[in-house]
Amino acid sequence: MLLGTLIYGFVNSAILALLAMGFNLTFGISGVANFAYGAVYIFSGFSVWIFLNTFGIPYLLAVLIAIVLSGLLGLAIYYGVILRIKGMPLSEVMATFGLGLAIMELFRYFDFVGFRYTLPVFFDGSFNIGDVYIDYQRMMIGLIAVALTICLYLFTNHTRTGLAFRAIAQDERTALTFGIDADLVGALSMALGCALAAIAAVVILPLGTIAVEGGYEVLINALAVCIVGGLGSTVGILVASVLIGFSQTFTANYLEPHWMMLVSLIAIAIVLVVKPSGLFSHQKELEERI
Amino acid sequence: MDRRKERIDRGVKARSVDIFALTSYREMIYLLIPGAVPVVGLLCFTPLLSDYWREVIISTAIYALLAMSWDMLMSAGLLSLGQSLFFGIGSYLAGSLNYYAGLPPILTLPIATLLGGVICTVFLLPVLRLRGVYFAMVTLVLPLMLSRLVEATRILGGTEGLTGLTSFPNQLTALFIIELALLGVLFGFRRIMGSDYGLVIKGISDNDRSVMSAGLNIYWYKTQVLFLGSSVGCFAGAFGTHMDMFAGMPGFALDYSIMPVAAAVVGGTGTFAGPLIGAFILVPLSEMLRALGALRIVFYGLFLVIFVVGLPEGIFAYIQRKYQQIERWVDVS
Repeated sequence: MLLGTLIYGFVNSAILALLAMGFNLTFGISGVANFAYGAVYIFSGFSVWIFLNTFGIPYLLAVLIAIVLSGLLGLAIYYGVILRIKGMPLSEVMATFGLGLAIMELFRYFDFVGFRYTLPVFFDGSFNIGDVYIDYQRMMIGLIAVALTICLYLFTNHTRTGLAFRAIAQDERTALTFGIDADLVGALSMALGCALAAIAAVVILPLGTIAVEGGYEVLINALAVCIVGGLGSTVGILVASVLIGFSQTFTANYLEPHWMMLVSLIAIAIVLVVKPSGLFSHQKELEERI
Repeated sequence: MDRRKERIDRGVKARSVDIFALTSYREMIYLLIPGAVPVVGLLCFTPLLSDYWREVIISTAIYALLAMSWDMLMSAGLLSLGQSLFFGIGSYLAGSLNYYAGLPPILTLPIATLLGGVICTVFLLPVLRLRGVYFAMVTLVLPLMLSRLVEATRILGGTEGLTGLTSFPNQLTALFIIELALLGVLFGFRRIMGSDYGLVIKGISDNDRSVMSAGLNIYWYKTQVLFLGSSVGCFAGAFGTHMDMFAGMPGFALDYSIMPVAAAVVGGTGTFAGPLIGAFILVPLSEMLRALGALRIVFYGLFLVIFVVGLPEGIFAYIQRKYQQIERWVDVS
């Protein structure tokens, strides 16, 4: 029981980290809270489904196209909407929130509801660790989360674009004097955030059905992890997703599955009372939050 | 291009509510018309409508109350994406008071309004230190979590909700109650924001640091604003509950969160009349588009985006400008 809880807790944490990564990247770099994040997530899920079942494109190709499409959607949102209201955080939130709702409810309108909307798993099958049953897909999620974290670390620390990202995040004016285009970086961060949402979607969605409500849940989970960990802090995201992930799994196994959803709320409440800027956010604490 | 449009403000003194207004009937009428339009329109015109459209007006008024409550919070820089929290709490309070204690609507409405305001304020108190985006995130999460809580613990009727609540004696009574409340909130809030107290609140949203350095406790002011806004939201919830004779999880539905924001943005934020106008445009419009089903929320979302990006001042500011300025073409060649 304990071993199983630990393993599934790890998988749950990996899922949360994957979900929060894209949201956190966009916010950390361009300061845009992308409330259309959940919509991008289900958009990519449904587009993979459409490519697979309507056009009959091979799975791997469909996944790649969906990820690219989501990135382009992010670019379109940035250039079409956010660039015009940049610097007014509340307007950004309202606009992306409205846009996200419109995308998600459009899927509901076109009747994308039901159990037939599922994605196939990458590798079928399962194996046992001790007496714990675990399928390959869940294993994959853990691996991909770890791999993506390493890739992102390498990207932001060892490539020119990544360094430009960090420069904008740290001090936009100084970065501008070095000839870094803030709008371009913002757009790229938005595209990358949306592409990360798409990766999370194609990895996680095979575990269940693609549902419009899932979009809201994804947004809420991402927000919870980011608030607890401290927005814009990668270490914070990892620690927060481990904390919330394990406590959710423990609650589900030892108390009652119903209480699982309340874990993130309680975590948010505690963090807000004790350390309002989040566990690992040390910069801009005073200006931004309080 | 040898013409340009010239805009001249009408006499400033005539517009300030002051003794100067009494100099002539023209000035008095000029000042009274904007206030008289909603009063006459709501109290004299709406009772003449058919039963169906009265029903539409009632639900419009509920959304308008939520939108004005949103606008009050927004005036202090608190962006709420979870108006359904207030609606839901008000509706559950009134519902359970009526269901378990058997109180009539005349008691449940005020109790749910005040108690709901207190509960919501206490609930959001730890979050109140946050501002902007962070406050928005938490308010978005809360109603969804609360509806899950009701579902998980099966309290207050669980997923079934509380049914068979007392309704109002007749439709006309309900119509007048909600319209009086609407007008009271509209003029009350506008008056509050016009006073020195309102200046402090606007200052908090513009630059809270400078308000703090003036020696004012911004958290105390924010708490008061939150109480004002949330009790209006709770009233809307309590009223809606008695109207539908049902209190349940739909009270926390997304409709009650997105619709007020859309209405306030379309009408113009910070004016209170704007949200009213916005609600009276969007809700009847969506009623006419009822056949479209889920597409209604798509429309709200798109309206929100279009107005936030394209016309951030809203419809009311436009009307106000037209009313308070004389426009004419002048020759500049």
